[in-house]
Amino acid sequence: MNDTVTLEVFRYRPEEAEEPTFERFRVPARRQWMILDALNHVKDDLDGSLSFRWACRMGVCGSCGMTVNGKPVLTCATYLSDAASSRDPVRIEPLHGFPVVRDLIGDIRDFIAKLKRVKAWIVRDDEKPLSEGAYLQTPAELARYKQYSMCINCMLCYAACPIYPLEPEFIGPAAIALAQRYNLDSRDAGAEQRMDVLSRDDGIWSCTFVGECSVVCPKNVDPAGAIQRYKLQATADWFKSLLMPWRGR
Amino acid sequence: MHDVLIVGGGGAGLRAAIAVAEADPRLDVAVVSKVYPMRSHTVSAEGGAAAVVKPNDSFEDHCYDTISGGDWLCDQDAVEAFVDEAPRELIQLEHWGCPWSRDPDGSIAVRPFGGMKLERTWFAADKTGFHMLHTLYQTALKYEAPTWYDEWFVTSLLVDGGRCQGVVAVEQATGRVQAILAKAVILTTGGCGKVFPYTTNANIKTGDGMALAFRAGVPLKDMEFIQYHPTGLPFTGILITEAARGEGGWLLNKDGYRYLQDYDLGTPESQPVKRSMELGPRDRLSQAFVKEMEKGRTIETEHGAVVHLDIRHLGEKTIDAKIPFVRELCLKYEKLDPVEELIPVRPVVHYMMGGVHTDLQGATTLPGLYAAGEVACVSINGANRLGSNSLTELLVFGARAGRAAAEHARSEAGPSAALLAQALDEERRLRKSLLEKTEGSERVAALRREMQGALEAGAGIYRDAAGLEASAAKIQELRERFAGVALDDHSLTFNTELTACLELENMLELASAIIESGLERRESRGAHQRTDHPERDDERYLSHSLAYREGEARPRIELLPVSVTRWPPGQRTYGR
Repeated sequence: MNDTVTLEVFRYRPEEAEEPTFERFRVPARRQWMILDALNHVKDDLDGSLSFRWACRMGVCGSCGMTVNGKPVLTCATYLSDAASSRDPVRIEPLHGFPVVRDLIGDIRDFIAKLKRVKAWIVRDDEKPLSEGAYLQTPAELARYKQYSMCINCMLCYAACPIYPLEPEFIGPAAIALAQRYNLDSRDAGAEQRMDVLSRDDGIWSCTFVGECSVVCPKNVDPAGAIQRYKLQATADWFKSLLMPWRGR
Repeated sequence: MHDVLIVGGGGAGLRAAIAVAEADPRLDVAVVSKVYPMRSHTVSAEGGAAAVVKPNDSFEDHCYDTISGGDWLCDQDAVEAFVDEAPRELIQLEHWGCPWSRDPDGSIAVRPFGGMKLERTWFAADKTGFHMLHTLYQTALKYEAPTWYDEWFVTSLLVDGGRCQGVVAVEQATGRVQAILAKAVILTTGGCGKVFPYTTNANIKTGDGMALAFRAGVPLKDMEFIQYHPTGLPFTGILITEAARGEGGWLLNKDGYRYLQDYDLGTPESQPVKRSMELGPRDRLSQAFVKEMEKGRTIETEHGAVVHLDIRHLGEKTIDAKIPFVRELCLKYEKLDPVEELIPVRPVVHYMMGGVHTDLQGATTLPGLYAAGEVACVSINGANRLGSNSLTELLVFGARAGRAAAEHARSEAGPSAALLAQALDEERRLRKSLLEKTEGSERVAALRREMQGALEAGAGIYRDAAGLEASAAKIQELRERFAGVALDDHSLTFNTELTACLELENMLELASAIIESGLERRESRGAHQRTDHPERDDERYLSHSLAYREGEARPRIELLPVSVTRWPPGQRTYGR
């Protein structure tokens, strides 16, 4: 293995130039470094103006998603050596599908708005008083939605989705998976309310089941699976409302 | 202009925001965070949150465990309030959807944790902080009221007429500097582990809220008490949760020997014994590591000395069910599978017992300013925190501070327009001294590394006067050299070097408070161990230290007696 690795990093400084450029940096090829360590080396010791988001460095906060050698990854969980062995120089860009604010930082406000739209919280008609304790939930009931609760909001799935850049109104994989997380939670009664949001054209029906979202998800949430299950559910509900219109929806 | 402004969007801040919205939906509440709330460091917490829930457990037991765990530096009235409200808060979080792990009958499962006599740690696998944070954030989104200032960095508090009336903050995306006025401000910005070189903490834990309060004349309490978590990974410092020991993991030295038995922590059994051995308190376990290292019984690696955490005997099924994240982290960051291999671990800085001095409602000495969570020191953690008390602390005191701030806001007249001038001054300062400056001999990252080195050398697990003095002098030097910083980045658009520079300025303030408090406390208690004063001295030091900022000079330290209600100071005993 070489002593150094070359990074080819996307730079965008709107006050200086309208168009982005790529800049090269040579960094030590440390065995234990992740891409993020290399970027921090650049920022600390080579060029303090390189801007990127990061926090936990252990793959749980979702801040550090970027496109590395064409693929959306968490840079805190991708070894520099692995990236360099597939392509040297290692190409680092912001996540695709989001407007670029500066260097490797994208604008994710659209996603936050979508979390609100899908009502990603417990919806109940009645609340048990706290003095009566916790709701019961068996391990089997927990297992029904647990996987969908593991999303760290890193948005690699949006970056991988071919629909999202073309149709920015698409609610998208993570938001739909989170809606499913609540739909399947035994304590929730909001499935109907979410149905109204999700079964529109910008909801589940924009998805053409490419499945790349589930491939890139670093937490095995399987948003593609969530969307497809939901399509079946929505269709079944639609048939029921056709055949038995007297049933309250 | 808002009624309540919350700085920091982690567990405590979000809980406070919900508390304000529930106290009065007509109140205008806002949350300012330098990162999107779900990135807050609460997300990294793993093991669990403690509250009395089993029928054989009791209020007295949880109080006693906490107070003895804190080596009697905890304010007992605060501990009583905390233990009393803890179960209700965790039940409330469950109602909001938190995916707590369950027993087969569907009731809440609890696990043993360090320093606790009985199982009372609620958990969501070993990603408890992650699930708590996302539950709180998603729940907070359901309220119409909150205004979210996402990725705004607060640079100073607005103070006028002896009251806190808002903040000045930079919108990172645009570089816009703005006064945000409020009738009450709550600091929930977390701790400052990044003052040290090796820490479980995220990049963002730079103690900004502590520094904001400090500069506004509010004292910082018990800053010398730094918790080293016994089991961090050697290169990254990534946390390996105490739950691994709660489930039965062992700590072994280079001879495969469970060395904790040599340090008055009990005798080894095959099953975990509460308040014994690997389930002793964190300060004692970290101290034992240092002693083992001095005896040459630790394992040398390219990243320094380590010991081994052995969880192989738990079996793959238990590991995947109870501590799956531990396995994932080892596979990814150490390229080893703990089902079959030993995990290299060593103590790393993890938590600040100290922080902004508050009362039981989260009020600071500055009217209108509140604080809750790790940024605050109430104190429920005293000289050493027990694992799984802090996640619960976020909820109990986040809610208390929210309610208190809401009450204050209802009775306050609005802030004065004169404050807007303070914002203009702040903007001028940032431009002149940082953004537009091109000449300078110092770099942010270099100064930061020197600061971290000084803290590790003088304010580590064992301290003495000479080491602390040397570090104090170094920090004074760095504070002077800070004036010579020049940035590479002069942009207004998401300038993260500017943010890093402001964070460094904050950390240098806190570093001096930590060291000065450590010098003043000439005793050993909990996580503060003075080799030149090795005994606990209740006569002189059953007191908190209060650090007051003295401009460019070193901080001044005063003492504040601990509040004792039912538990007179006693011996901390573990393993017997």
